[in-house]
Amino acid sequence: MAGKKVRILVAKPGLDGHDVGAKVVVRALVDAGFEVIYTGLRQEPERIAVAALEEGVDVIALSILSGSHIPICQRLKELLVRHGIQDRLWIVGGNIPAEDRPKLRALGVDGVFPTGSKLADIVAFIKERVHERAA
Amino acid sequence: MNVQRKPGPSAVRNESGLEIKPVYTADDVVASRLAEPEGGDGIGLPGEYPFTRGIHPLMYRKQPWTMRQYTGFGNAEDTNRRFKYLIATGNTGLNVAFDLPTQCGLDSDDKMALGEVGRVGMAIDTLKDMEIAFDGIDIEKITVSLTINGSAAILIAMYLATAEKRGFDPKKLRGTAQNDILKEFVGRGTWIFPVEPSIRLVADTIEYCAREAPLYSPVSVCGYHIRESGANPAEEMAYAFAIAKAYIDLVLKRGLKIDEFAYRLSFNFNIFGQLFEQVCKFRAGRRHWAKIVKEDYGATDPRSMWLRMIAGGGGSGLTIEQPENNIVRGAYYALISALSGAQTVALCCYDEAYTIPSEYAQRVSLRTMQILVEEMGLTETVDPLAGSYYVETMTNEMEREIARIMADVERRGGIVSMIANGELQAHVSRQAYLHQQRLESGEFRKVGVNCHRVEEGAPKVEMHPFKSEDTERQVRRLNEVRASRDAGAVAAALAAVSEAARSRRNTMPAIVEAVKSYATVGEITRALEQVFGRYQEPTRF
Repeated sequence: MAGKKVRILVAKPGLDGHDVGAKVVVRALVDAGFEVIYTGLRQEPERIAVAALEEGVDVIALSILSGSHIPICQRLKELLVRHGIQDRLWIVGGNIPAEDRPKLRALGVDGVFPTGSKLADIVAFIKERVHERAA
Repeated sequence: MNVQRKPGPSAVRNESGLEIKPVYTADDVVASRLAEPEGGDGIGLPGEYPFTRGIHPLMYRKQPWTMRQYTGFGNAEDTNRRFKYLIATGNTGLNVAFDLPTQCGLDSDDKMALGEVGRVGMAIDTLKDMEIAFDGIDIEKITVSLTINGSAAILIAMYLATAEKRGFDPKKLRGTAQNDILKEFVGRGTWIFPVEPSIRLVADTIEYCAREAPLYSPVSVCGYHIRESGANPAEEMAYAFAIAKAYIDLVLKRGLKIDEFAYRLSFNFNIFGQLFEQVCKFRAGRRHWAKIVKEDYGATDPRSMWLRMIAGGGGSGLTIEQPENNIVRGAYYALISALSGAQTVALCCYDEAYTIPSEYAQRVSLRTMQILVEEMGLTETVDPLAGSYYVETMTNEMEREIARIMADVERRGGIVSMIANGELQAHVSRQAYLHQQRLESGEFRKVGVNCHRVEEGAPKVEMHPFKSEDTERQVRRLNEVRASRDAGAVAAALAAVSEAARSRRNTMPAIVEAVKSYATVGEITRALEQVFGRYQEPTRF
């Protein structure tokens, strides 16, 4: 992937308006040298999947704090498969109870970063996993 | 000159960026003093202009602060039960949480409501739900605060209609709606319409309530969420005042006089952070707001000049790590509110980083406040920190900083334009990023997060049980209401809402009629949206 910047879609699905974390993560990812597309609030899973496809992103990052991460990720999973982009690195951050993390992983979420996660850990995870996939 | 604006590299500063000296003396108080339009030292007496020390002469000696814990989940029955529990344990007010579909103007069966019905608050689709939510609660004795913004005009209408049906006189009805849409564009994010029609709706509710429900507080201007989004304490006050002024300017254009409505404006501020900076923020804010309303707007009724506030929450100060530490933080935050002369306090519960608070956690928060009132001797005398060299100096410096930030907002074209073009959001979010970096580097100390850590097992919190049938239950009731109402009356009422929106008339009378016809939150929102359109979020960084 030399010469090509890793592209990341940061999305706020559902109705949750808590975007402090998503915007902080966007800045951290930009500072780490990634190319970031931020969707803004209230994105339907359909629009997130289409944006991921059209923007040709390598990573899909969702921020959800309302507690509705399971139904939203179930829906998004169907759409990623339908658009043939289920191979993209998929990470989810926000208010995610410990018992839901295996459920998200089973849906194909590669990394879960609950509230309190460090920016450096998110950046390191993306670098490592995108690199592995490219290899 | 004792007021140092440019501290040296080793200076200790508060979160607002003001230098804190190792020792303060009487000279610092004098040197930091602002020009007082009415003369005097700017401290004065409680209950007297400029109200630095409190808006009432006797404050808590006459009546302790209202304890108004934030609650709501599931449907109206679930929330009604929790309301009754809170009242039984000693809450003196209610602070209602609505679910996100209700807050965003969507019905529970809307596609966008997927997974959100009843989750972060109570689901309300029609007046029927509102009637159930407040069934058996004496809303003349227990004042109710509705935490609602984008769809506030509709929910205020529902609340007034419920009160009327229950036989309460709207002219005597007290209570508050948050209804501060400008801050929703900066933090919290439950906007619906573009900025201009959104603030027109706020003005409509203020004007309507001034005439129909004159004791009701139709707006609670929130510095709270802007602070949560990354603003410092001085900015929190300054931006809230700039927003309040924007609403006042609109209502004045309708022909109302300042003293006809300013006394019903209230405020909502945050309490996490350093103790003395917070107390000084509130004292400075109270004085500065009084000056704005009196000097800039020519108010003559002292009540118009009062900074009436709920000072509470503190969510961003709480941690997911070692959640029991949040009980201790909550106690200090409540102490800040008490020392600051807040009218109402609501504390975030220690488990809120995990879940909808349990009854147990709610009781701990309430007891925290009750211990302060009953045991700590905080209600006996007013503004006990007055006269402290440090507190008076920092109060002066905080006021100067609030005024400086407000002048800067004016220079940048005013708060409405800064919010509409995303400039304020970008500024606040940049600060949140810097804060996160300081937190991760350990420069900003947070117990359990970057110091005094322990290896933790599963947290000792009780997770709120979500039931998958919540949505179906709510949609079933919505469909029953839709089937039983007079369809022709609903259609006519909705057409009247659109027509009022298109005209320059106040939309509230039409919204009240629509609500009474059992039109849904989603239907009324769409009737407004046909005319107003939808907000497009500027994502500036």
